[in-house]
Amino acid sequence: MSVLSEDLLANIGLRSEPRRELVTRRDIRKYAVATGNRQRKYLDGDLAPPMFHVPLFWDVVELDQLTPDGVSIDTLLPKFPLEKAMAGGLNIDYHLPVRPGDWLTATRTLTDIYEKVGRSGPLIFYEVVMDVVNEDDELVIREKTTRILR
Amino acid sequence: MKISSELSRFGELRVGHELPQRVFECGNVQLMLYNASLWNVHRIHFDEPYAREVEGYPGLVLAGPMLGDWLHQCVEEWLGEDGQIFSIDYSNRVATFVGATLIAGGEITALRPDSREAEIDVYIKNQYGDVVTPGQIVVRFADAG
Repeated sequence: MSVLSEDLLANIGLRSEPRRELVTRRDIRKYAVATGNRQRKYLDGDLAPPMFHVPLFWDVVELDQLTPDGVSIDTLLPKFPLEKAMAGGLNIDYHLPVRPGDWLTATRTLTDIYEKVGRSGPLIFYEVVMDVVNEDDELVIREKTTRILR
Repeated sequence: MKISSELSRFGELRVGHELPQRVFECGNVQLMLYNASLWNVHRIHFDEPYAREVEGYPGLVLAGPMLGDWLHQCVEEWLGEDGQIFSIDYSNRVATFVGATLIAGGEITALRPDSREAEIDVYIKNQYGDVVTPGQIVVRFADAG
């Protein structure tokens, strides 16, 4: 019997409000230093390194909105019948470079929910796609996150 | 006719070629800066008594996307200005901790001359040789000329 109800599957296609953010040299520099990057173009903030969209679009959560373990609640996701998170994966396609002064807009979509049977019982997989576009609406980065719950 | 360095470099690549490895050792200062740059408040990354006593980890847990970033760095340091990363697939399979010695590396698994692309299996291994973060990166070399 499936652990996925019709109501749960109806959440596929849910989309977040678009988030628009400004890329700054200072933020690029801080990220490059924090990741141990050794390339001058990133340390000087002339160009954003790959994965800079991760800090750019991480939720800025207010202190009273944090759960006790410090994780913020992802409002795009429904309540799943399984809740223990296992390893997930990330797929990122890079289409255009990111530079200081760029305004980028990210929209997240819950694109799939499915289940498989693992050795210890059912597993729920879900996929969230984040599209990042520039001011001309050109695709800059597409990131697909797959997470597994047991 | 002048043959550009990019053209000759792609032509010299072979399946099985191994990228130079890079060692990463993340201390609690770097981990704090990384999570601050994201606004990531997950307690397992900065509250050691919580990580040990409540979640049962042996120490502060390294943030998964930081290891993903390291896979990019390993490939970009090898690639230099000759091309760009086109895509990556990776997953964090095993937790890693502050103080661990981690090794990033990769090996070319396929070459596509028509699109000037190389597929590279990439990894981060822990000090025991276990692959903690496997992945695949596709790089595209710049057009010749």
